[in-house]
This record gives sequence, C-alpha cells and structure tokens, in this order.
Amino acid sequence: MKAIYTEQLSKAYGRVQALDAVSFEVEPGEIYGIIGPDGAGKTTLFRILTTLMLADRGKAAVEGLDVVKDFKAIRRIIGYMPGHFSLYQDLTVEENLRFFATVFGTTIEANYRLIEDIYRQIEPFRQRRAGKLSGGMKQKLALCCALIHQPKVLFLDEPTTGVDPVSRKEFWEMLVRLKAQGISILVSTPYMDEAKLCDRIALMQGGRFLRVDTPPGIVGSFPYPLWAVQSKDMHRLLSDLRGYPHLRSSYSFGESYHVVLKPEGTPGDLKEYLSGEGHKEIEVGQIIPTVEDCFMLMLNEKEVL
Amino acid sequence: MRPFFSFVQKEFFHIFRDKRTMLILLGMPIIQMLLFGFAISTEVKNTKVAVFDPSKDASTRLIKERLQASNYFDLAEELTDPGQINDVFKDGNIGLVVVFSEGFASDLRHTGDASIQLITDGTDPNQASLITAYATGILTACQQELAGMAEVSGRIVPELKMLYNPQGESAYNFVPGVMGMILMLICAMMTSIAIVREKETGTMEILLASPMRPIQIILAKMAPYFVLSAVNLATILLLSAFVLHVPIVGNLGLLVAVSLLFIFLALSLGLLISNVVNSQMAAMLVSGMGLMMPVMLLSGLIFPIESMPEILQWISAIVPARWFIAAVRKIMIQGVEFHAVAKEVGILALMTGLLIAVSLKNFKTRLS
Repeated sequence: MKAIYTEQLSKAYGRVQALDAVSFEVEPGEIYGIIGPDGAGKTTLFRILTTLMLADRGKAAVEGLDVVKDFKAIRRIIGYMPGHFSLYQDLTVEENLRFFATVFGTTIEANYRLIEDIYRQIEPFRQRRAGKLSGGMKQKLALCCALIHQPKVLFLDEPTTGVDPVSRKEFWEMLVRLKAQGISILVSTPYMDEAKLCDRIALMQGGRFLRVDTPPGIVGSFPYPLWAVQSKDMHRLLSDLRGYPHLRSSYSFGESYHVVLKPEGTPGDLKEYLSGEGHKEIEVGQIIPTVEDCFMLMLNEKEVL
Repeated sequence: MRPFFSFVQKEFFHIFRDKRTMLILLGMPIIQMLLFGFAISTEVKNTKVAVFDPSKDASTRLIKERLQASNYFDLAEELTDPGQINDVFKDGNIGLVVVFSEGFASDLRHTGDASIQLITDGTDPNQASLITAYATGILTACQQELAGMAEVSGRIVPELKMLYNPQGESAYNFVPGVMGMILMLICAMMTSIAIVREKETGTMEILLASPMRPIQIILAKMAPYFVLSAVNLATILLLSAFVLHVPIVGNLGLLVAVSLLFIFLALSLGLLISNVVNSQMAAMLVSGMGLMMPVMLLSGLIFPIESMPEILQWISAIVPARWFIAAVRKIMIQGVEFHAVAKEVGILALMTGLLIAVSLKNFKTRLS
C-alpha cells in the first residue's frame, strides 16, 4: 500500500488551473519533495491530500484511505504543517504542544519518545511564549506539534520558508531521522538545495509535475555541459551574454551566471566574444548541474527532458 | 470531552493574556453605563423659558415669578401668539414653553380646574423629562401657595407635552439599550475575531485537519465569550441597581433568561460573520459597522422607534437588539410577567435558531 496515491488530480480556482491532472505515488517511509515556485499549486495539492479541500476531478488516497470518503479516518493518522503556520503566539511552548496533543486525543507523555530529539532542543524555553521564539525554534515547535500524535504520514508545506540556513539544515536532519522511524513525509519547498535530501523529488510548475526522479537521477539527466561565467562588470554581463549568438540559456545563480551553449558555441569562443565587448577578468568554468539548474532548463525548454 | 475543555482553556488563555482587550471587554460596560447615566443626562440649570399668557392675572404672575425665582428657569420671552411656539424651539434657545389657558385665574376660582401646558423639546427626551419634572414641582408648590391665600381652592392641572417624542421615554431607559449594545458587541465582534484569527494564523487549517469535530471547535470558541458576557450582564445590572438607582421591577430570573438568550443569539451572529470574512480587520468592520450602527440607531437605544419613518421601523424589525431592548424595558422597568414579553422572546428565539442553523450549515469541514 502506498503512503500517498493520486490519479489525475485536478483543481481550478475560477479560470486558474491550480492542479492539472497530477498523478504520483509516495512509498511508505519515503521523503518525497515537491519543488516549485510560488503559485505552482503545491499548497492546493497539500490541502486536497489533508482533506481540507475537494478536487474537481481525479482520485487521491492516503494510506489507502480515500480523501473524500474516509476524511475522518485520514485526519487521525496525518500530521500537517501548513505554509506560514505560526502556532499560538500568546501560548507558551509547552501549552502549544499540550494543546495540540489533546486536540488529537493524546498526551505529550504518551508520545514523548517520537519528539524527544527535537523537543529537547526547545525544552529550555518551554515557558516562553511561542511568539518570542526565533524562526528556527518556531519551526521545531511546529514540527513537534505536528508529530505529537504519531502520524503515519507527515505533510509539510514549505516548512523552512523564512528560516535561517543553519536551522534549515537541522530541520532536514530531523526529517531524515523521522523517516528512519517509518514516517512517510511529503514536503514542499521553494529551496532547490533542500531537494537533494529527499528520496525523490517532483518538479512542479503551473499545476503540473514536470518530472519525478531521485535527485541524482534528475541531475544526471542534465543533457548539456554547464558553464559558470563571471566578469568584473557583472551587471552588464547578463545583457552581453544574451547578445552571444550561440547561447542557449543563461540565468543568474548566486555570484555567477549559469550558461548553456548551443553546439556551435565553445567556452573559448564565448570568452573571446565577451572580451570583445570590453569585459575584464572573465572566468568561464564547467560545473556540475544542481537540481535548480535542471529546473531552470525545464522551464525554458520543456521538451528537452 | 477532554479536547473540548482543553480548547476552552486555551481560549481563556488568549483572552487573559491580551490585557488590553480584556480591559476593554470588562471596562466597557462600566464606562458606558456611567457615561449614559451621568454625563449624558445633563442637569437642568437656567433653562430658558418662553411663556404664552393670554390670561395675565395674579395667579399666572405668581407662577411666572416662582419659575423665575428658581435656579432652574429663566424667563426669556413672552409669546404673543401660540404659533410662535414652534419657532422658538427651532431657534434652539428655549427649553420650555409654558402655555396658560385663557382666563386662568377665573377657571381656577370657578371650576377648580385651570390648565397649564408645559411644552418641551422631545428630541432630547432625557432633558425634556427632567425639565418637566422640575417645572411640575414648582407648579405644585405654587398651587399650595395659591390655596393658602384662600383665594382659590382649585387644582392646577399641568398638561405635559413633549414635542417630537410624544411617548416621553424616561431617562433610565438607556440601561436596556446599553445592555443590548454591549452584549451584541462583545459576543458578536469578539467571537468572530477569535475565529477569524485562527484562519489568519493558519491554525484553523490544523484544527480542521484534526479529528476534532467542527461543532466542538465552535462551541469551544463560544464558551469563554458566553461566560464573559454573563459577567458583563451582572456588572450592568449591579451598576444600574446600586449606582444609577434604576430598579429592577420585574422578575430577575426572567430578565437573566432573556439576556442569556440574546447573548446566544449574538454569539451565533459572530459565528456567521466569521464564516464569511477571512481577516480580523474585516471581521471588526463587519461587526462594527454592520452591527453597531443598526444597534445604535435602529434599536430604540437613542431614537425611539415609534417616531421613526415607517420604512425604518420595518428595517428595525430585523435588528435583534430592538426586540431584546423592548423586552428588557418591559421586564426591568415596567415589571411585566412572561406573557407580556412572549412576542419579543419568541422573535429572539426564532432568530437564534435561524442563525445557528445557517452558521452550522456554513461552517465547513473543509476550507472554502
């Protein structure tokens, strides 16, 4: 039995097609990541799977339970962290946790084992109001609240948005540990660097899954050499790159521009062209593609992958 | 049941930890009662009086002198024609017009009944009734004085007339009005805000995705405000009885029962509002403008319903506070039994049932 199963799931808001015939499966004990920009339809998908919304068409099941017919049973076995979830700011850490425990008909003590690793980090602040916690702590507390009733499937909608990099890393380490305890996790994120920690990822855009694969599978399928280009005048560089006749695509990536060339183009030719345009300290080096590069390429030319 | 009580406890935490809101919740009834009780009913002092005296005899002169001699009145004008009465009120300086009958003294002497008309500006009923009360007091004293002069033995019959407000609602009618307003405000506004806040923070999504049933969530949200409103009800009644000396003539149990019904109605109205809006600001605006204005203007709190244009009277019929205030006035001030307020209670019960049904139907087990 799959942890999550959907078939041709569609949902429209008026004329906007938020979900367009999405079919996918999540295996038990898998971390399944959905990567996509804002407005890709991630939150809609989460809400349908957590029984908070009805799809227009298609089928979906969580742990073999139908999201429409068996919604009450599903609500007992899932943990859900909505996007921009902010807990009760005026309740203390402990009160928040205790409240969510009782709402799910359990106690902190009964399931302490599951959250122990995470909760120990915020326990020194258990008398502090949730509103006074740092972003990373809030996420940890929210995760504890979502876990306190020992869910079989965990739904995390952009759990690390607005959280500092160190806390993000810790958060993902926790997810990996939870997975080891047999919890299936569906997680969405706009951060491509988090994708490599998932067992499988789906690249999502415009309500559709563009591609589903393991992170190495996705990166390995990048069909072109990828070049990172830098020069002294980064500002002017992008427009000059776009003027290069053998350019396939280029986009800003951190401190450099990632560039894919047409077969006629070579890095040496590009360097020559750019110095002809008056650029100094030009560096062109080959790099290994990341998930984000795959995603950018896919957005530019959907037929390639 | 444990999730329910835990939920109620959480709601109380929210309320108690927001000190400012709690101060408003508990302080507002006190301030409003005192405001309406003391500040708004102004004292009668040096009220300008116009007199129409076609009789001009010794008795009318005595009465005019006594009026002038008191601290309360100031003879400002002698009218020559009854047609001027309206005009002097419209000018706004005159607070009372005294109209003597023709041949006042001879009426008093021969028939024993002389009539005098006291006309006040009923647009401010509190002030008007105070003025007539003072003037009547002076007239009674004059009557004894005239009787003491052995010249006459008749009675002066003051005929009171409040222009624009013939019912002459009495000063302490505001207590039922304030009750209606406060309970409506606290219950409807606070519940709707409390529910919408959970939508805003995203916690409602978690609660909906939890095994908790929607009806439990709703009742748990309502319970604390029900308790708070009951506290406010007690505050208002105590203040009104012991500070403002407005007696509770009727059955206290009946009064409390009707009030609890109204509280429940207001809570369901708040629930309905929370179903249709998505931000705390919108909830505040809808309950503020959509509820407060009708309650203030159309419930009889400030303007008597009887003197409204007919169309507004019809509109006021759908304002729950109108029926509540009417019922409380009857019970509290007139001291009637249940059968006399059966109509009002029936209408309130009907409205409550309707609102509960609509909001429960609308409260989704899912989002949007």
